[in-house]
Amino acid sequence: MIGVSNLRKQFGPKLAVDGISFSVEKGEVLGFLGPNGAGKSTTMRMITGFIPPDEGEVRVGSYNMLEQPIPARRLIGYLPENAPCYTDLTVLEFLNFSAELRGLYGEARRKAVARVAEMCFLENVLHQSVETLSKGYKHRTCFAQSLLHDPEVLILDEPTDGLDPNQKHEVRTLIRRMGEKKAIIFSTHILEEVEAVCTRAIIIDRGKIVANGTPDELKRRSPLAGRLTVKLAEGSAADVAKKLDALPEADGASVVSESPPVVTVQPRERDKPALAAAVSQLAARENWKLLDLHAEEGRLDDVFRSITLPDTTKNRS
Amino acid sequence: MNSWRSIWTIAKREVVGLFASPIAYVFIIIFLLLAGFFTFMVSNFFLRNEANLSSFFVWLPWLYLFLVPAVGMRMWSEERRLGTLELLLTMPIAPWHAIVGKFLASWLVVTIALFLTFPLVLTVNWLGNPDNGVILAGYFGGLLLAGTYLAVTALTSALTRSQVVSFIVSVVVCLFLILAGWPPVIDLLGRWAAPWLVEFVASFSVMTHFASIQKGVVDTRDLVFFLSIIVFCLFTTSVVLRMRRAG
Ligand SMILES: Nc1ncnc2c1ncn2[C@@H]1O[C@H](COP(=O)(O)OP(=O)(O)OP(=O)(O)O)[C@@H](O)[C@H]1O
Ligand SMILES: [Mg+2]
Repeated sequence: MIGVSNLRKQFGPKLAVDGISFSVEKGEVLGFLGPNGAGKSTTMRMITGFIPPDEGEVRVGSYNMLEQPIPARRLIGYLPENAPCYTDLTVLEFLNFSAELRGLYGEARRKAVARVAEMCFLENVLHQSVETLSKGYKHRTCFAQSLLHDPEVLILDEPTDGLDPNQKHEVRTLIRRMGEKKAIIFSTHILEEVEAVCTRAIIIDRGKIVANGTPDELKRRSPLAGRLTVKLAEGSAADVAKKLDALPEADGASVVSESPPVVTVQPRERDKPALAAAVSQLAARENWKLLDLHAEEGRLDDVFRSITLPDTTKNRS
Repeated sequence: MNSWRSIWTIAKREVVGLFASPIAYVFIIIFLLLAGFFTFMVSNFFLRNEANLSSFFVWLPWLYLFLVPAVGMRMWSEERRLGTLELLLTMPIAPWHAIVGKFLASWLVVTIALFLTFPLVLTVNWLGNPDNGVILAGYFGGLLLAGTYLAVTALTSALTRSQVVSFIVSVVVCLFLILAGWPPVIDLLGRWAAPWLVEFVASFSVMTHFASIQKGVVDTRDLVFFLSIIVFCLFTTSVVLRMRRAG
């Protein structure tokens, strides 16, 4: 549904987006991650046709955004960063206005507005002026606007920014549900959100894609991923650690606690399945009474930090 | 067909915004008060005992100079300040729909104000026997004048995020459009410049063209003058908006 190839955008001397390519199909929810100023919003603005790219191509459905912007935009629902709204209108007027620009009039407009007002929990504020709304409600109003025409493609720039925990949960559920039938790109700084919602995540740093994969794949890139924790009912922890360390699949073992003995083993070359099998065979041979044996999944924030931190520190110096 | 629907939607929203802000009310009331003041008090409308509205029209370019930019100054600068420009220009509409829709909405507000001066027409008709064709032409010229100022303001408001800057710049540009053909300036210019140069500068003036329409003859040249400034400014607005987006 969305195809982006080799996008570049320069603002003065600053290269904001530097050759980004990816594609998103229907049924996919793509999470955009990256430090502040990485170029997430700029990329989204180019996909929605707000900013023309210096180089590269954006395809939405079967349309090229540069050549046929109007039919391409018809397919897109867009929530810009900071959720801008016309403050001199009421929520209802704002949604009616957006619906008409989307080509919905009369009964179709009324139905569409009622549907998104219900989805985004706006029924109680429909007649309130946008100016007097709280931040979260304003955000939801702008989000509602992007859903009016039930678009095939959704581009959401920080959709849960400023929402309370309940609303965050609702919006995540909504995105995941809609993601079954739509192609969705959303950016966020909340990493749990990526695990909860995305089918795939891209990490952008200084205008370049530095990681692209499912949340599980990304987590496996964590330095801790695959580390096994072995807990026994009895025995000497030091002894167990020595035997585990001797395994060819292991790359060091360390004692966590003496009694009950708990030992962690780091796999060699992230050879996780083989290590687990080897450890359980060893346990059987040695007649260890295993209480617990589990592997660390790895954490996204470790991955995020290990990929993007060196650059941020370099910037500071 | 579809274009007109989008333009209509945008114009409608803009009119609501202008009345809600409430620039439109302020503009209409102040315009009527000042128009009355200048026509009756300063021009001595009753003492002149003339059956025409020239004592009203002579002030119109000056009244509009400060009031029309006040109506137009928020047109694009507000959109950029709120960030709603991003929303508007990613809708499935062409940018010129938005430009024309917003322009027409502001023009409508100015037109309403001008229309509300109709008691003047009734008064001169009650006092004497005016040539109503000439009066109608004067009103038509007034509309074109307002449209020209508004188009200039649309352009300046696209150039900046600040309404104040947009207001000041458009007043200066409109002042130039007036002064280029204002008799005192023409006289001054005529003392040292070649006549063709004086004429060239004066041909850029709204005063020359407004005065000729006021005589009751709507010449195509005057019409073309006003419309081409409007079209030029609105087109340049679209170029400015595109360049601003490109960063
Ligand atoms: N209109 C503009 N003019 C000049 N520079 C810009 C413009 N828009 C963005 N930039 C620069 O481009 C870079 C990328 O900005 P962008 O907004 O895409 O970052 P982001 O990844 O969305 O960050 P955040 O997480 O803070 O939202 C930044 O360095 C920013 O300063
Ligand atoms: Mg951003």
